[in-house]
Amino acid sequence: MQSPHVTAAPEGASASGPALTAVALVRAFGGRRAVNGVSLTLHTGACLALFGPNGAGKTTLLRLLGGLLKPTTGATRLHGQPLPGDAETRRLVGLISHHAMLYPALSVRENVRFAAECQGVINADDATTRVLTQLRVLDRADTAVRYLSRGLQQRVSIARALVHGPQLVLLDEPYTGLDEAGAQALTDALGALKANGATLVLVTHNLSEGLALATHSAIMQRGTFVDEALVSPSGFDVPGYQAKYRALVHEGLA
Amino acid sequence: MSGSRLSTTHRAPSYLADAWRIARKDLLIEFRTRSAFLAATVFAVLAVVIFRFTWDPTAIPAMDLAPGVLWVIFTFSGLLGLNRSFGLELAERAYDGLLASQVSREAIFTGKVIANFVFVMCVQAVALPAVALFFDLPVGPSWWIIVGIVLLASLGLSAVGTLFAAIASNTRLAELLLPMMTLPFFVPLVIPAAQATAVVLRGQPIADGMAWLKVLLAFDLVFVSACIVVFPFTIEE
Repeated sequence: MQSPHVTAAPEGASASGPALTAVALVRAFGGRRAVNGVSLTLHTGACLALFGPNGAGKTTLLRLLGGLLKPTTGATRLHGQPLPGDAETRRLVGLISHHAMLYPALSVRENVRFAAECQGVINADDATTRVLTQLRVLDRADTAVRYLSRGLQQRVSIARALVHGPQLVLLDEPYTGLDEAGAQALTDALGALKANGATLVLVTHNLSEGLALATHSAIMQRGTFVDEALVSPSGFDVPGYQAKYRALVHEGLA
Repeated sequence: MSGSRLSTTHRAPSYLADAWRIARKDLLIEFRTRSAFLAATVFAVLAVVIFRFTWDPTAIPAMDLAPGVLWVIFTFSGLLGLNRSFGLELAERAYDGLLASQVSREAIFTGKVIANFVFVMCVQAVALPAVALFFDLPVGPSWWIIVGIVLLASLGLSAVGTLFAAIASNTRLAELLLPMMTLPFFVPLVIPAAQATAVVLRGQPIADGMAWLKVLLAFDLVFVSACIVVFPFTIEE
């Protein structure tokens, strides 16, 4: 099935052009197409919540959008620049995964500062302190990551991804392992990023969590988008969406 | 994003600074855990001891056997560190964060080579005296030449080994594949190193071993350059 074209442009989006575009993305592993003809356009400040069952191709799509994977066919552009692009373009991307993406033997501060330095942040120490404060883990800054709980590691992982102020944030199940305080800190941080004009793509199995942040939503199955919707600023009919999701995914109506 | 795509809060990537940052991070992790260093050092010392007790001094003079022992130990203890080089990146997928950053693939590779080079030299700092002690080798000014040979060989081993460690790390049989892939490439490195070492230990003029040293230098120049160029292609999934 050819995917429909998702176009996400929240009110007040920049007229200078889309932040992220993907055109007919296909990624095959051997004979299997993990992503099969996905196109999307996201404007500055948009947040696309991406839902779907395991193996639908969500993580592969995120890796394609972040430039970590090259598409078999199709192309991705971030602010007009192709991905994977040059250093300036790569610096605009922040990646949060269900993997911690941290070095367990290093302290919280060392991990986040290393990420900041790798992204060319000039005052890496200040940026590190700022983001650790925002994610409410500054009190554990000198603790080795291996001694932290899974939830705290996830907060540090989020700090690592946000320390350089990315313009495109790709989130793969970011709420995994977070307690209430951690989830609230993440929601606040993502809200601040959106307000500052960052574009978000959020993969999650939790529909209400995803829809709370999203301006647009899409359901993915067998590598393609089988549904997409505009999330109303006044709220979203979560039970109705859950019913639609069940019908499309579990009852195979897609 | 501004029209110029440049930011006053970010600096442009710097090849050497980025490489050193990655090397420093790897060495700090190794310093904190010491797991690979301890494994390689214990292996090196045990291997020297085993070679010593299986050696019949009446059949083979120490000067003839020691260079072979030294370079066998050098090769296999080096492999122990190379496996870890990318293992620490993949355990929690920290490698994804590195690849998504503005650091170039070439700087990542160079950083890994620097860290592996320092690691191999540290192991050799234990292995060389152990070989000298157990094989009762005369220690004198000529040992500085052997240190120079070790430096040249370590650079080549680190470059080739880091490249193949990156390739092997994406497979399920990384620890088995790495020696199978690297050892054939280490042959043109170990032969001139062992021959040049033998020349020095026998007390011959260094001019007699100059041809071997040139082979070592050529290996380093060719393989360090080639590996830097090839490395970015090894990380495509």
